[in-house]
Amino acid sequence: MLTIKNLHVSIDDNGNGKEILRGINLNVKAGEVHAIMGPNASGKSTLAQVLAGREGYQVTAGSVRYLGQDLLAMTPEQRACEGIFLAFQYPVEIPGVSNALFLKTALNAMRKQHGLPELDAMDFLSLVRERMKRVGMDEALLSRAVNEGFSGGEKKRNEILQLTVLEPRLAILDETDSGLDIDALKLVADGVNDMRSPERSIVLVTHYQRLLDYIVPDVVHVLSQGCIVKSGDANLARELERHGYSRVETENTAKQVA
Amino acid sequence: MTTATKQLDELISREYQHGFYTQLETDTIPRGLSEDTVRLISTKKNEPEFMLEWRLKAYWHWLTMTEPKWANVHYPPIDYQNTFYYSAPKSEKEGPRSLSEIDPELLRTYEKLGIPLKEQQKLAGVAVDAVFDSVSVATTFKTKLAELGIIFCPFSEAVQKHPDLVQQYLGTVVPYTDNFFASLNSAVFSDGSFCYIPPSVRCPMELSTYFRINAKNTGQFERTLIIADENAYVSYLEGCTAPMRDENQLHAAVVELIALKGARIKYATVQNWYPGDKNGKGGIYNFVTKRGECRGDNSHISWTQVETGSAITWKYPSVILRGDNSVGEFYSVALTNHYQQADTGTKMIHIGRNTKSTVLSKGISAGHGQNSYRGLIKVLPSAENARNYTQCDSLLLGDQCGAHTFPYIEVKNHSAKVEHEASTSRIGEDQLFYCTQRGIAPEDAVSMIVNGFCKAVFQELPMEFAVEAQKLLGVSLEGSTG
Amino acid sequence: MEVQLQSWQNMKLAQVPHMLAGHAMPWVLAARRSAFERFAAHCFPTRREEEWKYTDVSIIGRRSSLAPDHIPPDPSSEAKLLAWTLASESLYLMVFVNGHYAPGLSMTDDLPAGVRMASLANILENGADLPESYFDPQHEHTIFAALNNAFATDGMVLDLSPGTVLKAPIYLLYIASGHGVAIYPRNIVVAGEDAQATVIEHYMGTLDAHNFTNAVTQISLSAHAEIEHCKLLQEGPAATHVAGIHAEQASDSHFISHSFALGGRLARNDITAQLLGKSCHCTMNGLYLLNERQHLDHHTRIDHLAPECISREYYRGILDGESHGVFNGKVVVHPGANKTDAHQANHNLLLSRQAEVDTKPQLEIFADDVKCTHGATVGQLDDDSLFYLRSRGIDAELARSVLIYGFTNDIIGRVNMPELRTRIEHLVLERLPQGDQIKELL
Repeated sequence: MLTIKNLHVSIDDNGNGKEILRGINLNVKAGEVHAIMGPNASGKSTLAQVLAGREGYQVTAGSVRYLGQDLLAMTPEQRACEGIFLAFQYPVEIPGVSNALFLKTALNAMRKQHGLPELDAMDFLSLVRERMKRVGMDEALLSRAVNEGFSGGEKKRNEILQLTVLEPRLAILDETDSGLDIDALKLVADGVNDMRSPERSIVLVTHYQRLLDYIVPDVVHVLSQGCIVKSGDANLARELERHGYSRVETENTAKQVA
Repeated sequence: MTTATKQLDELISREYQHGFYTQLETDTIPRGLSEDTVRLISTKKNEPEFMLEWRLKAYWHWLTMTEPKWANVHYPPIDYQNTFYYSAPKSEKEGPRSLSEIDPELLRTYEKLGIPLKEQQKLAGVAVDAVFDSVSVATTFKTKLAELGIIFCPFSEAVQKHPDLVQQYLGTVVPYTDNFFASLNSAVFSDGSFCYIPPSVRCPMELSTYFRINAKNTGQFERTLIIADENAYVSYLEGCTAPMRDENQLHAAVVELIALKGARIKYATVQNWYPGDKNGKGGIYNFVTKRGECRGDNSHISWTQVETGSAITWKYPSVILRGDNSVGEFYSVALTNHYQQADTGTKMIHIGRNTKSTVLSKGISAGHGQNSYRGLIKVLPSAENARNYTQCDSLLLGDQCGAHTFPYIEVKNHSAKVEHEASTSRIGEDQLFYCTQRGIAPEDAVSMIVNGFCKAVFQELPMEFAVEAQKLLGVSLEGSTG
Repeated sequence: MEVQLQSWQNMKLAQVPHMLAGHAMPWVLAARRSAFERFAAHCFPTRREEEWKYTDVSIIGRRSSLAPDHIPPDPSSEAKLLAWTLASESLYLMVFVNGHYAPGLSMTDDLPAGVRMASLANILENGADLPESYFDPQHEHTIFAALNNAFATDGMVLDLSPGTVLKAPIYLLYIASGHGVAIYPRNIVVAGEDAQATVIEHYMGTLDAHNFTNAVTQISLSAHAEIEHCKLLQEGPAATHVAGIHAEQASDSHFISHSFALGGRLARNDITAQLLGKSCHCTMNGLYLLNERQHLDHHTRIDHLAPECISREYYRGILDGESHGVFNGKVVVHPGANKTDAHQANHNLLLSRQAEVDTKPQLEIFADDVKCTHGATVGQLDDDSLFYLRSRGIDAELARSVLIYGFTNDIIGRVNMPELRTRIEHLVLERLPQGDQIKELL
């Protein structure tokens, strides 16, 4: 589904290019759940943003193929319509635009892309209501402006609601667990687990292992200083929990020196 | 009246501490203003022809102008023919060659003011040019600065020794036609400070000027010109005091700053001119034109001011952001008490690309004081990606005072982002209660809150000035606590 | 550029009051003549005057006559088509064509007891049963108001007896047609204690009309009265328009003003409220959507003269083309107006390279126990929000439109009456690229 080869990404740092990702290689197959873990500033969020098509990052080398297409050549909306969904770490607030209008506009844009008729108001409402119930969201939030005045937990749940409504092929969840209490975390995890299917891949970007107790990944990668330094199964995450990132990083440095 | 305002009332009615008068023999030219006055000043200063010409042009232009009338500033008409335009301590006529030649009375005055003029005080690391009435009295640290190629001297000396620099830069930021008071200053200014920092030199110490109006009925018209050449850096401090007098005295200064490519100028003022007495009698009219130009790319000018004195303050330290990526800043605390009026703010003129400006203004009004913020943010069509952030907060202490906010925002480029926020409120009862409930005396609580209110501005001042500024607010508000 | 009247013009214009409604009443004629003298002595303001710093009104005199049409035009039936009805809601309609009441196009039946709703011209012709004070010079907030005092042709006079609650809105439609016509509407609203009403003033014009409209609306609110006033400016692209809307509020009254400005070549609205009694609420909302070479200036002023009043002001502008928007909002807290709570915000979006905006939010405070804030911004659509929408599959252009719509919604959403709100929303959406698509999604 997703193949990343030798991806190098820089950002502009006062006129100088600062390299954030330094040769990422990643292969996500359909139906797999991958977790990308790493300490702060390791480049996790950058990777998520670049995959969604955020401006302001320069890809200096490497390639990203998604369903056989050159992902980097596509606009953010094309990527979304092709089934890529990013759950934002910090979802923006959009005053004046209701959640309902926002979701409906997005859903219909995608349906149009796939040659499906637009949903009428009734069908749309019944769909959204059902999904809201599933992620434990208050229906009143539908008429409120997108994320405006939402608590941290409500914002994250709103991201998951969008995920369940838009039904992407590849979902990237950027630190969706941060700032959630244990009940909210469970609800979010249930929402994501419901979405697991042989056709759908999920990439979880997270700092802590906690989320992975609820969404068990097939593959775990450790990202450090812009490189994937270690990959393994779900046990790797537990190992990290016990020993911290420094041990993996040290091992890696040792490897590099050797 | 609440407890807080009562406390404040007692605190703010304290006497002006710098209101002593120094008995000196002075050399003063007759009252009044005419072409002859201008010529006489120029002759006394032994100025080259270009200076006299420039002064005369300014004088003739001034004659065509009418004194401005401002909506929120009120004062009786000034009699320009009843003012002395030149007054110098007599013994200074020849110019002092070392500190030992300076009138000991004058030195004692500076000691009282706490200016580190004496040799042993040079350790403090501040080079001082002191302007007493109209003439620069002494500039310390001259030799040490000269080693780096830095010129820091009285303006009149610069005219003699560096006429090329003066001619090249004088009036290029504030032309003699600029406004009524700037024109008047251009015609009759008697002295001031001049500073030139050569390319890539970082001035190792704070440069400082101390202004003091001493003689009676004297207008003080000093002129400051600071040039930071490419990639140079300088931090400059200005302080002002005046004796207590019943009459109003006019202070119409001009400050011009020029920052070339990559240069940075920080200019800080603590203005504590005599504000007049409790009933609004006397005090200085402080009508000052201060403007800097970020002439080169990546240059940076910041103004910081703490205005606690003067009967009337009228000044808008401004920055012309001409160079690409240049930065202008304005940080201000203005306090008005009794019958003081302050109309102050800034103008940020965005011309170059990616220019940025920040404005932070804190106004405190007490007694019958009137405090206005007046600011202009102008983004010209050439200023791609200009950014401005302005915040103006006013604190009201007492129900007879006023706080006014008049921002002007003019945007002619669609890539600009300009944000203005302002708030006005009285000192928070809940804050006071919170403090007192924790056992803090109301007096201390008020001082804490006012200082906290001004903190963001004080942070921009050099350390020793920040302390002085806090003390000054203390004189007005804090009482014995420090 | 200074506009001075030539003496022949002056003489001609000075005769106008003699031809207008009410000229037979000595006080009306005297009031009109002295108002004209005040105008002639000052004439048009210039940009040297602080209140007109950003707005040059000299084109008004160049393009149109200043003298009003004193003969009502034959009301064409087409004009009626311009009036939109508020779906499923009854309303009271008064249509004015070139400043003259057209009873044939209007619907003023079934007014409840306690309501007088009449044409100003009719009242002036039939005994002028009106307080003379409405024509006092003290109510002339700008020099154009003096000209309106002199030349007002017609308008609505609304008297609400105490306790009257008008459920259906009053809809005033002003239609301008023809070249160089000068139109002087004058409306007077007097709300007795506890009375409530919604008044809509809608200005429309034909595409090519070089008309000049100079309107004044005076609203007086007694204790506990509530008036929602909504002005829609939709005149043609060649029209010039100056208007004053002035409210005086007694204690516990509630005045809500909306100003939606979409049309006109040059327009200026002066909207003021005097909070004379304790515990008033005053809300002023405004939205200006400008394009091409439109110039629109909103001057608002709220005077807090009594304690414990609350004022809220929300103005937003979207500027495209070579348009020029001006906002000048002043809040004055007078001595003694303690416990004032005032907030004012003006936000502007610049969509094109040549668009310009000048904003001047001002606070003048002479009391200490107050809470006053204001904010102003000028900027573009937020990149993060755009990306968020695009990452959900919405193409860049539609995403921009959705965000612009969201930006306007903050103002439109403050209109209380749902049908009116929807109608305004549609008007705004018609101006947005892909607005019809958003309309369908709503």
